Amino acid sequence: MLSTPAPVRVWEHNFAVYRRIWRSNVLGAFVQPLLYLLGMGLGVGALVDRGTNSLELLDGLSYFAFIAPALLATTAMMVSSQEALWPVIEAFMWSNSYRSMAATPLSPGQIVSGVALWQATRAAIAVTGVAIVLTFFDETRSLGLLLTIPFGALTGLAFSVPLTAWSSTRNTETSFPSIQRFVIVPLFLFGGAFYPVDQLPGWMQPIAKATPLWHGVQLCRDAVLHRLELSDTLAHVGVLTAFVVAGLAVCRITYARRLAE
Amino acid sequence: MSGPLISARKLVKRFGDFTAVDGIDIEVAPGESFGFLGPNGAGKSSTMRMIGCVSPVTDGELRIFGLDPATDGRQIRARMGVVPQSDQLDGELTVEENLVLYGRYFDIPRAESRRRTAELLDFVQLTDRAKSRVEPLSGGMKRRVTIARSLINEPELLLLDEPTTGLDPQARHILWDRLYRLKQRGVTLVITTHYMDEAEQLCDRLVVMDRGQIAAEGSPRQLIERYSTREVLELRYPAGTNEARSTDLVDIGERVEVLPDRVLIYADDGEAALSQVHARGSYPESALVRRSSLEDVFLHLTGRSLVE
Repeated sequence: MLSTPAPVRVWEHNFAVYRRIWRSNVLGAFVQPLLYLLGMGLGVGALVDRGTNSLELLDGLSYFAFIAPALLATTAMMVSSQEALWPVIEAFMWSNSYRSMAATPLSPGQIVSGVALWQATRAAIAVTGVAIVLTFFDETRSLGLLLTIPFGALTGLAFSVPLTAWSSTRNTETSFPSIQRFVIVPLFLFGGAFYPVDQLPGWMQPIAKATPLWHGVQLCRDAVLHRLELSDTLAHVGVLTAFVVAGLAVCRITYARRLAE
Repeated sequence: MSGPLISARKLVKRFGDFTAVDGIDIEVAPGESFGFLGPNGAGKSSTMRMIGCVSPVTDGELRIFGLDPATDGRQIRARMGVVPQSDQLDGELTVEENLVLYGRYFDIPRAESRRRTAELLDFVQLTDRAKSRVEPLSGGMKRRVTIARSLINEPELLLLDEPTTGLDPQARHILWDRLYRLKQRGVTLVITTHYMDEAEQLCDRLVVMDRGQIAAEGSPRQLIERYSTREVLELRYPAGTNEARSTDLVDIGERVEVLPDRVLIYADDGEAALSQVHARGSYPESALVRRSSLEDVFLHLTGRSLVE
């Protein structure tokens, strides 16, 4: 009998649910990035590009070219974080779908891998939507957009897997809005998406650079603008992977513990 | 396979200081239909979760198909079906999708999973609902979907945790009928219930559980013969006066139980016992003679009723 890897079989469940609701997602996936690009890129960009030294500070880029690729990474972060909060507690407490899986030969570790695989898929789908929007504009129409799909998926996972470890230990959703307010939104604002982090006060810069978002933004920006360098790329991918691996290790423990309750 | 399908020796489950299962011994033979009867909190579900290889054994020995859940959980679960206490179906998906995807968890190829799904939906008489979403279905139908789902891997052993709790009488009878057919096909059933009628209908043999221990074991008939009389006379007096009214009656029949809402007199001949009650000048508001049931066994063994 030809066997399918266990994470894929877990993934199939999420995909089946998603297939029922994707239509309601798809419009937002295009409209939201488009609005950001028009509002920030063109609106704010018109002001920024007129400033003295702006070209220098932005590494020779127009403001639009600077922020548009970052949107790939921020979207990945937003979408995967969502996927790591309510759906996880839902699967533990309301639909009990994890318990269903645990009654079969699937192990907690395989369930976790399947969940992560799905989160990566969600991020990849969302990033693809943004990438398509970016092809509408001369400055970001680039073959590098193809690379941003795996980069975006990895960035998303660097958020969703550690967050999944957290939400898998929760019995209520009360902490989730705070996570969005105090983790996701600050990163969105300070993670190098809208301005280079070296514009931040000195003490904040290392913090910004330690977050997964900054690495994801750098990867996406460099890919779209054809300026990927091997050593930087490996470093960014390495940091993001470290977040994922650490998160998976914790998830395996928290899932196993909770499913044995 | 020869030997028991499930065997437990001094099986214990503790959660912190609380001992949910306190050293039970059981053996279930292949093809048998075995029940755990007891009130909520008696340790039935904890036992089931250990047998289901999701909750680790705290102490004692447990073997299923001769295998150890601690090391061979995966192989055991592959050969077992589980009907959990609450339905764990995906309400957004169709009945069919729920089954096919569940089959995938067992690594059953998609085409084969679809074939089995069609067969199983026919078995639980839900073929016409295959394409409906699960969410709007009635409780009884959802239970049938859950049972069909639990059979997707063609299990040798089926665990049913309170299979008919919360269902109306008609839905319960439909379920019992399907479970009876499974039993005829040779599937070993392990059932927990706090319904005496369910235990009597479905179980060849059962254990009465109370506070994590086994209070008695046998077939429903044996247990009734051993721990109760052939008939029971139920008397109702005006509210709050049961205690006072029954003091004169304690020597009638073999045994008298005074419950908050009624007085039970255990006697082989209920009508004769009622005549004796009348002869003593006691006229209850209502009197009923019925056959003994497992509820009476439980009451006798523990001094408490099953459903409180």
